[in-house]
Amino acid sequence: MCGIVGLLIKKPELQPHLGEWLVPMLEGMAERGPDSAGLALFRKPSANGQIKKYSLFDPTGQVRWQELLEHLKNRQYAETAVSASLTSQANHAILHTNLEPPILKPWLAEHYPAVYVLSVGRAIELYKDVGSPRAIAQKYQFHKLAGSHAVGHTRMATESAVTPAHAHPFTAGEDFCLVHNGSLSNPHSLRRKLEKQGIHFDTDNDTEAACRFLEWRLREGDDLATALAKGAKEFDGFYTFLMGTGDQLALVRDAFACKPAVVAETEDYVAIASEFRSLAHLPHINDAHIFEPAPEELHIWKA
Amino acid sequence: MESVTFDLANTTVRQINSFLHDRDKLRHVSLVKILNPNGAHNLACGIDSPIAVEIHGHAGYYVAGMNQQARVTVFGNAGTGTAENMMSGLVHIKGYASGNAGASAHGGTLIIDGSAGLRCGISLKGADIIVGGSVGSFSAFMAQAGRILICGDAGDALGDSLYEAVIYIKGEIKSLGADAQIEPMQESDYQAVAELLSKAGWDHDPQAFKRVASAKQLYHWNANASKEY
Repeated sequence: MCGIVGLLIKKPELQPHLGEWLVPMLEGMAERGPDSAGLALFRKPSANGQIKKYSLFDPTGQVRWQELLEHLKNRQYAETAVSASLTSQANHAILHTNLEPPILKPWLAEHYPAVYVLSVGRAIELYKDVGSPRAIAQKYQFHKLAGSHAVGHTRMATESAVTPAHAHPFTAGEDFCLVHNGSLSNPHSLRRKLEKQGIHFDTDNDTEAACRFLEWRLREGDDLATALAKGAKEFDGFYTFLMGTGDQLALVRDAFACKPAVVAETEDYVAIASEFRSLAHLPHINDAHIFEPAPEELHIWKA
Repeated sequence: MESVTFDLANTTVRQINSFLHDRDKLRHVSLVKILNPNGAHNLACGIDSPIAVEIHGHAGYYVAGMNQQARVTVFGNAGTGTAENMMSGLVHIKGYASGNAGASAHGGTLIIDGSAGLRCGISLKGADIIVGGSVGSFSAFMAQAGRILICGDAGDALGDSLYEAVIYIKGEIKSLGADAQIEPMQESDYQAVAELLSKAGWDHDPQAFKRVASAKQLYHWNANASKEY
């Protein structure tokens, strides 16, 4: 099982509605994925090109985010003046800073080893946790989120543990995330191949292997279509993948279309879900162009 | 005879289906309308009464599954497993139907005005399926009896491992499945196509259709060609 949802809002004046429209989509997929849920949100990057956003998660609930921020700001780097700001919601925080991942991640690992870095990028913010989609949406106030596009997932675990780290979306690199409905039977051999390339894994989850494979191919210069075509040869299993990048949403189903996907498109938005019942509440849905993508047909929408 | 309307905004699928299974309550009812289906699963499943059901909106999985006698119309699209295991009656989808439409249906008629997804008519056991658009890959896989009429195109592996079911198709076939072959149309085939088209009320020329049926080479084990399997 598992449910996937995606929403891209075409008109900037409607982008404040992103969270409000997306929450019922996520809740609509609760029966397909009752054990965990997550959301990756993409906003227009800040004007300052030096600033990166880090989505941080503290499973212990013990970390005091403002203390972490002050600690970080007081950290002296000979070569870089630290600029940082932070917003938090429950055991989740978004840190804006000019520090690059090779500096920030080891600092966090040393001083705040409980804290996960869920995502890094200029546009992406990521939330994921265990529990019902409704409870998670309330906990992190998803309905208040604004942005150009988002990718969400509700999980019914079939192959690895139920923990926040095993929930989707998965990220790799910067401003890239993937959610998956389906399962892969060769994640360990994929992982062994990728580890030889120096790629580090956070979990034993099958989707993480696909996510890191695709991000690796993109980083090596493939476009998304080429990366997915190579992935289709490597991935043994079935899948509907929904991917988000800083400026696009992409959707593809495996050659046998084992797992569902429905797309509804209007002048205002493109909405994607595993089933229509997650789309039924959207504005002007009765006028939307509704279709199910054919197997291996790659759909890309630009934000 | 009266009509009864249910609105899924304020009732449950289980309440509606319980009503549709209650022959005493249905005695004086000729039409049941269901509003705001919003993709709900299992709508109008397991009916065994000669009533009409109208679903106004998009239905979810298994709509009109196991149908007997009823005439179920969906004014919208339908999800996976439309009219699965239908025994008799008529199911009419005004939009498209997702995967496995008419799977294992023993009798009755399934009309899909739009296209059908993958595996349409898989393991068909005697029903008629009439599709206005195209069908996805693996349609009619292991279909044992019944007829499938396709006014559009078919994806890969059409009619793979067919038994006695017959496919009539107007458009292009991306590929035929194992043991499926295009056969010459006989007069009885043109009559069958005309009959199926008239059930749906569509105006296509029966002469434009091809017949796909089983070559029956998989019916018996051929020890001399074991490498073919």
